[in-house]
Amino acid sequence: MLEQIVYAIPFLFGGLWVTLVVSALTVGISLVAGVLLGCALIYGALPLRLLVRLFSDTIRGIPILVLLFFVYYGFPAIGIDFDAFWAAVTALTLFKTAQVIEYLRGAVQSIPRGQTEAGMAIGLTFAERLRYVIFPQALRRFLPPWINGVTDAVKGSALVSLLGVTDLMHSINQVIGRTYEALPLYILGAFIYFVINYSLSALSRRLERRFSFMQA
Amino acid sequence: MTDPLLSIRGLRKSFGEIEVLKDVDLDVGRGEVVTVIGPSGSGKTTLLRCVNFLESYDAGSIRIDGEEVGFSAPGQRRNERTLARMRAETGMVFQSFNLFPHLTAAENIMLGLRKVRRKSRDEARAIAETWLDRVGLAHKADSLPAELSGGQQQRVGIARAVAMEPKVLLLDEITSALDPELVGEVLEVVRALAAEGMTMLMVTHEIAFARDASSRIVFMADGRIAAEGEPRELLANADDYPRLAAFLARFRASYF
Ligand SMILES: Nc1ncnc2c1ncn2[C@@H]1O[C@H](COP(=O)(O)OP(=O)(O)OP(=O)(O)O)[C@@H](O)[C@H]1O
Ligand SMILES: [Mg+2]
Repeated sequence: MLEQIVYAIPFLFGGLWVTLVVSALTVGISLVAGVLLGCALIYGALPLRLLVRLFSDTIRGIPILVLLFFVYYGFPAIGIDFDAFWAAVTALTLFKTAQVIEYLRGAVQSIPRGQTEAGMAIGLTFAERLRYVIFPQALRRFLPPWINGVTDAVKGSALVSLLGVTDLMHSINQVIGRTYEALPLYILGAFIYFVINYSLSALSRRLERRFSFMQA
Repeated sequence: MTDPLLSIRGLRKSFGEIEVLKDVDLDVGRGEVVTVIGPSGSGKTTLLRCVNFLESYDAGSIRIDGEEVGFSAPGQRRNERTLARMRAETGMVFQSFNLFPHLTAAENIMLGLRKVRRKSRDEARAIAETWLDRVGLAHKADSLPAELSGGQQQRVGIARAVAMEPKVLLLDEITSALDPELVGEVLEVVRALAAEGMTMLMVTHEIAFARDASSRIVFMADGRIAAEGEPRELLANADDYPRLAAFLARFRASYF
């Protein structure tokens, strides 16, 4: 079994890289988009708020697998054409963005109204209040679910293999296709995913400790 | 008398169907300390919040140093940036302190100095330390609010407000969230500011303090100013105003 694992490893690097890139793109883009849309949901004008609410509820109501195929087959039908890689990144990013919107809303709305008013009273503008008063406090509540969500993104990225994108999962299946040795390779795959996510969880616990000095 | 620093005329404010401020007129002169008293729900907090436009008003005018607070023309709300600049001219101390929990005592005071008053870090730090010293908390400069007692937090709250050198200081029941033994240390700070000529508009249920520290007491009832006058005089003649007399009856023990 060890022999088969050692044999397979060189074939997995490319896939591992794709998994990491897909995860990083998903996490990065969804963070920016989710924070912006989350602010729109909290502070925007009513039509904008409704639009973001609709987006978030719709996306979160669809199984991610359905979303993946919908983007892959549906978007070209309305004239947006992209390859499997970008279809996969788009679908995962849409899904994650909806999550980030909700994490941000929860975190920001947990900050008492008095904080905003204290910021107003010393003459801070809206943007300054967000930057110096609200966000630093909201961060502490935002981080734990968000970092959990990052590990979800890494795990969820395995779905892109279903579109034929050669990520870690897909390369594992390819090796299995040649060697017909499924179990050792799935064990190896599980181990690699575990190592990535365990590192992320460890990082998250460190971050949480760093922010825990603040009062609730 | 010269022009009042704060001038409120015909102020009206409703929350939905309920009119909370009904035609309020009030002047506060430079260096004057005006205390608003009155039963719960009479509109005291709302009045204070209108003065720094935490609450918008429906009619009337509020002028600080001759400048209309929330509106550039009738019905024309000022933009965010101008509102922020004008709010910096009034300091506010809150009942529940509202210190920024992620910043130390000194940083709480420095934030406005840095971002609004555009002071350098060193300058802001020096001002913060001066004020912390004035409120007896020099040794707590680097403590987080969570590490301070209620009375200490409120003294930082006052320091944060006055460090901005506001034209008017607004104080809304700033001791009512405190344990009784901590009230004194906070009122002492307010008394010192009053003695130095800080213009203040405050709401308090500490009638004895209002009598001793203010130049004028205003009694509000049902969204109107029902009585006002020089503190001792007003309290002595309270029987001329049935509602004031009824209100004060609850406090007799404490201020005589
Ligand atoms: N944001 C709001 N929305 C709706 N009604 C409000 C709001 N704020 C205040 N009110 C109402 O306005 C009235 C006046 O409230 P205000 O807080 O000004 O009274 P107050 O004199 O400060 O009372 P207290 O002594 O209890 O602090 C009350 O009836 C209150 O319920
Ligand atoms: Mg009140």
